[in-house]
Amino acid sequence: MTQVNAPMVGKVLSVDVKVGDQVKKNDVLVTLEAMKMQIKVYAPADGEVAEVNCNAGDVVSTDTVVVALK
Amino acid sequence: MNQLMTEIIDGLGVMHLTPGNVAMWLIAFVLFYLAIKKGVEPLLLLPIGFGVFAANFPLTGLLEEGGLFYIFYHYGIENELIPPLIFLGLGAMTDFGPVIANPKTLLLGAAAQLGVYAAFFGALFTGLFNVKEAACIGIIGGADGPTSIFLSANLAPHMMGAVSVAAYSYMALVPIIIPPIAKALTTKQERAMPMGMMRMPSKTEKIVFPVLASIVIILLVPKSAPLIAMFMVGNLFMESAVVDRLTDVARNALMNIVTILLGLGVGSTMTADSFLNSKTIGVFIMGVVAFAFATAGGVLLAKLMNLFTKNKVNPLIGAAGVSAVPMAARVVHNMGTEANPQNYLLMHAMGPNVAGVIGTAVAAGAFITAIL
Repeated sequence: MTQVNAPMVGKVLSVDVKVGDQVKKNDVLVTLEAMKMQIKVYAPADGEVAEVNCNAGDVVSTDTVVVALK
Repeated sequence: MNQLMTEIIDGLGVMHLTPGNVAMWLIAFVLFYLAIKKGVEPLLLLPIGFGVFAANFPLTGLLEEGGLFYIFYHYGIENELIPPLIFLGLGAMTDFGPVIANPKTLLLGAAAQLGVYAAFFGALFTGLFNVKEAACIGIIGGADGPTSIFLSANLAPHMMGAVSVAAYSYMALVPIIIPPIAKALTTKQERAMPMGMMRMPSKTEKIVFPVLASIVIILLVPKSAPLIAMFMVGNLFMESAVVDRLTDVARNALMNIVTILLGLGVGSTMTADSFLNSKTIGVFIMGVVAFAFATAGGVLLAKLMNLFTKNKVNPLIGAAGVSAVPMAARVVHNMGTEANPQNYLLMHAMGPNVAGVIGTAVAAGAFITAIL
């Protein structure tokens, strides 16, 4: 299982995958807003989305696992 | 009757309008266009533009002793009141967390001041400017408007309009100025270097930082005190979280009020006599030099640090030392992501970015100490 943490404190603008999706490395998983900038969180490896732990509007920090891949 | 008619006609502003006034209006219209249509620093360029526009009407008395713009300028800017109040608001909006988490970034912010000194010596070398004027041109490289205005008020008030418009204009051009220089000085491999998660500083560290930074900086460069003291007290308001009302006023209402007065006051200094000359062109040319060297200074020091340290940094974050908070950090983040999507440099770049603001205030203090 590969856990993907939020890279910084920010607000979730959109969750761009759902459980069961197949993703490739560098596909966008989640889009955050931090410092008035859109930050895309990319998949670190190929895999299947096993968990999505955030929703649009949530505030996440670096200890938040936003998505888990298997 | 004839004399009365002559007096009435002579009292009409239109009879005293000069080509210089009209030229300055055109410059004001360019500033309006940049602010309204292009979104270039509208909070500053719009009031500055209107200040230029209004100051170039004949016979208004706005700029004479006791006139409205004279009061804004004399009591707000010449007496060094408004730039420190802007710094109060900036302090109440600044998160020093990235600097505390990685204190090395303070050095990167300091290195970016290379641009200030390169432009200073460059301006002196042209022979067009005296030492005080050259210092004001150099400070453009710090990409910090209030500091540029603060230094101009101290050293060369006649240059304030050109220096501040150049500083704010080039700040808006950071996304165009930084990338080619940072790319030329780094390999793709260096730009792709990911930086790990940043540690989150504790609340105590964040409260201690502004006090400690004040002690160190003001003891070293006492003349930076007006800017640094206000910057740090604003930050202490925010981080202590016990004076939310003061924090709110400092970064919202007060900041907005002084921004209006600052913009109009600075704009009113841009009369045809003081602006339409070869020195203004020199200011804009040397301003680009200042920004270019500031970017290069930060990147090159980051590369140098990597030769001697174990925890290496992505050299791109050095480019954020030019200040222009947080735009420079955003540009650096985008460049890092372009080289490697797994690279999240935004918060790492905020360290040198914020340190650059401190560095520029210190550089201004050093100029005042050395020159006045």
